[in-house]
Amino acid sequence: MSTVAIPGALAAPQARAPSFLSRVFRNYYVGRLVKALVTVYLVVTISFVVIHLMPGSPVEVYIYNLISLYGIPYNDAKQQAAALFGVNVDAPMLQQYAQYLGQLLRGHLGNSLLSPGTSVASVLLAYLPWTLFSVGLALFISFILGVTLGMLMAYRRESALDHVLSFMGSVFHSIPNYVLGILLILVLGIQLNVINIASMRGSFSPGVVPGVNVYFFLDALRHASLPIATYVLTTIGSWMLTMKSSTTATLGEDYVTVARARGLGDWRIMTAYVGRNAIIPLVTQLAISAGFVVGGSILIETLFVYQGIGYLLNSAIAQRDYTVMQGIFLVIIVSVIVANLLADLLYGKIDPRVRIQSGSGG
Amino acid sequence: MAATLTATREQPVRRLWRQATDGIRSTLSVLSYNKVGLVAAWVLAVIVIISFGAPLVVQEPSPDYANIYASPSAAHLLGTDFQGADVFSQVLRGGQTVILVGLVAAAASTFISVVFGALAAYVGGWVNTIITGLADVVLTIPSFPLLVVLAAYLRLNSPILLALLIAAFGWPTLLLAVRGQVLSLKERDYVEAARSLDLGTPHIMFREILPNMRAYLAMYFVLSMTNAIYAQVGLYLLGFAPLAGDNWGIMLNLAWYRGAIFYKNSFWYIMAPIVAISVLQLTMVTMTRSLEEAFNPRLRKAG
Repeated sequence: MSTVAIPGALAAPQARAPSFLSRVFRNYYVGRLVKALVTVYLVVTISFVVIHLMPGSPVEVYIYNLISLYGIPYNDAKQQAAALFGVNVDAPMLQQYAQYLGQLLRGHLGNSLLSPGTSVASVLLAYLPWTLFSVGLALFISFILGVTLGMLMAYRRESALDHVLSFMGSVFHSIPNYVLGILLILVLGIQLNVINIASMRGSFSPGVVPGVNVYFFLDALRHASLPIATYVLTTIGSWMLTMKSSTTATLGEDYVTVARARGLGDWRIMTAYVGRNAIIPLVTQLAISAGFVVGGSILIETLFVYQGIGYLLNSAIAQRDYTVMQGIFLVIIVSVIVANLLADLLYGKIDPRVRIQSGSGG
Repeated sequence: MAATLTATREQPVRRLWRQATDGIRSTLSVLSYNKVGLVAAWVLAVIVIISFGAPLVVQEPSPDYANIYASPSAAHLLGTDFQGADVFSQVLRGGQTVILVGLVAAAASTFISVVFGALAAYVGGWVNTIITGLADVVLTIPSFPLLVVLAAYLRLNSPILLALLIAAFGWPTLLLAVRGQVLSLKERDYVEAARSLDLGTPHIMFREILPNMRAYLAMYFVLSMTNAIYAQVGLYLLGFAPLAGDNWGIMLNLAWYRGAIFYKNSFWYIMAPIVAISVLQLTMVTMTRSLEEAFNPRLRKAG
């Protein structure tokens, strides 16, 4: 995927030339792919620049630690550090950039700076599944629940149920997810003492061996339950309210009236006519929010000490582990882009009005 | 010479001010059809007045190490924090920077979106391609993690800088929305009429098209304020912005990490910033919902 990143980046400024390129761009899938690759390239570059501009490289930190802890002279400390890290952090940035891109094209993410000898890929592989598990499950639950409740609210407009759910939806939608996370710990864990917060830290209990069995799954689920609850509660409100307004708008469409006039059953109208059309705008949102939740997991996972990619990012930033940070950004951006591409494909599948060839969606 | 200079400099400012007040007035008039939205607007106004007024009236609470993590009492309505300072006066004083950062970030991102969104829609061609392309890219960037990295690098001492940084990633959604709006508005008859009268692009843009989007822009302005406040408090919670001064985000961070969660007495110490932030966000989200409802007649209540 990354092999084409550079040609893609070069193609963008030439978009002025109308004839050939515009025809290529007019092809929907080519346009999407080029855009995705340009985005990956730009984000890789931006994250590289930003990360390398940060003051206090891990090597410097290590050198100063040696000096202050053991009283080793600067030059000796520097040599020790260089030998340990085996990476030339002093090299000019452009050289490091070229090196990084070259490595990336060959599929290498490099080695972690803080745990020498450990590849970034292996670190990511250890943390990523937990984020995908918790975020994925939470999104699934909240989307299904939210869409169902939203439709219910639209059908029972102005009822007590509608008002209660609307109010709760707005409240949970407005409260920042980390604030809700703190509240959960505060109320359930400390004031009421219903759950044992300390034993729920981490992604699974010590002593439990990861494997494909029920016991491990339940343990993982228990550890993920608080992050999942937080994600679900804070995202469900927006699904409910969006679905409600979307369904309400669809209920006013002529084709629904016609379907009613034709005497179709309520259930058939609800699923095939109303639901199918009302859910369309939510699908793109699902993709955007998938990316947002993965990116926002840094706060939730740090709060709950859940060892996912967000937790890893927080500690990598605090410790200035450049290579791990770059790896995480790459993972986040690729997941966002893949989610967007999926949404587009799905959009074309479920919305018959979308003419894929026309490309620009608005 | 000096007089003409000040005159030319003052006029756009005054016009901008008039447009802003007109915007607020038309927003309120839109909201007045919706009771909930109007209540939210008034609550927000009260919060803003208290937050900006309190630092002038309420003294900065002084530490009192003999009286830390105290539970609420007559002397300390919400108890005291980890160093014995009064929590209630911190809540009163702590809103100013939060709201200021939100306002500046929202203003900056709205400015970027309006100028470049309108430009993209109005000029079209390759300008449009580049601007929307850039918006698509920035939209994909995971803004909060990148913000955390940047905050760790920049040592954000100034709230304005923090606000601008937040705005740097907050504009694409509104830009695409503005572009869409302008694209539809510029085909209207009155714009066609203005164009045939040869009134010039700036006139058409600022006098004919933008005034018709005021309430719409107000909705997005409030929405981007909530996003900015989310990002800002999140940065404080993770400790990547300097923990100095009175700020709800800093209160939240200190209450969380200084172990207030382990003392049952100090429940209100950590609840204070939680409630403050949540109420602020709730009023703003409610306002945007009501505005949205006002725009979409189908969502409006029958009768």
